[in-house]
Amino acid sequence: MTESAGIIILSYCGAIGLILLGVFAMVMYRHLIRIIFGLMLLEAGVNLFLITIGYRANAVAPILVDGQIPAAAMVDPIPQAMVLTAIVIGVGVQALALALVVKTYQAYRTLDTQELAQKLAKETGVDIIEGTPVYLPSPLAAHKQILEEKST
Amino acid sequence: MLFWVALISVVVMLGAAFAVLFLENYLAATAAISVVSLALSVLFFVLQAPDVALTEAAVGAGISSVILALTLRRVGLWRIETHKDKQ
Repeated sequence: MTESAGIIILSYCGAIGLILLGVFAMVMYRHLIRIIFGLMLLEAGVNLFLITIGYRANAVAPILVDGQIPAAAMVDPIPQAMVLTAIVIGVGVQALALALVVKTYQAYRTLDTQELAQKLAKETGVDIIEGTPVYLPSPLAAHKQILEEKST
Repeated sequence: MLFWVALISVVVMLGAAFAVLFLENYLAATAAISVVSLALSVLFFVLQAPDVALTEAAVGAGISSVILALTLRRVGLWRIETHKDKQ
């Protein structure tokens, strides 16, 4: 019994640690591939968390042998089925994100989000003040407005 | 017995996750992420989910690392030696 309790506590610690590290990587890094690393760690942590929720002390795997229900209790099979789906969907999400990274590199020759923002701003003509795009009205329009006010 | 297996796999998993974040070399970080997946599949086996463990070992450590490595080669980050640049 105490062994199962220890396993549950360890799994929750591992899941929370993985989720925290993934969120840290996604928030703090500027390189696109580092952000995808954070996404992968986050997915692994969430999968471990769901499996740990379905775990029961002194239970066996939810597999029937020859149609016989085992005498001991079984762990919850529903989170396991969901996680099995989530792992495959996660790989699909990673493949899509990596394909977008490759296309971004081919178009702009950089993967740094700050440099990407500057290049995009130069393309679209948006001013960047301290790292954030600012949508100012064009000076010509402002000048025209002042002239109209003077004439009236 | 199972407790010690779980302890070792959790320690390896969190250590490899730290390595993913703080390694300079992207190829080494890809290897560390596949270590995370392998330790996670051992932990799934301890938690009585053998089917999930099989899938995680095949998909997480296999296909995921392969597509990451192919992307690194495509964007020109496939370098064995570490060099200092901004992350």
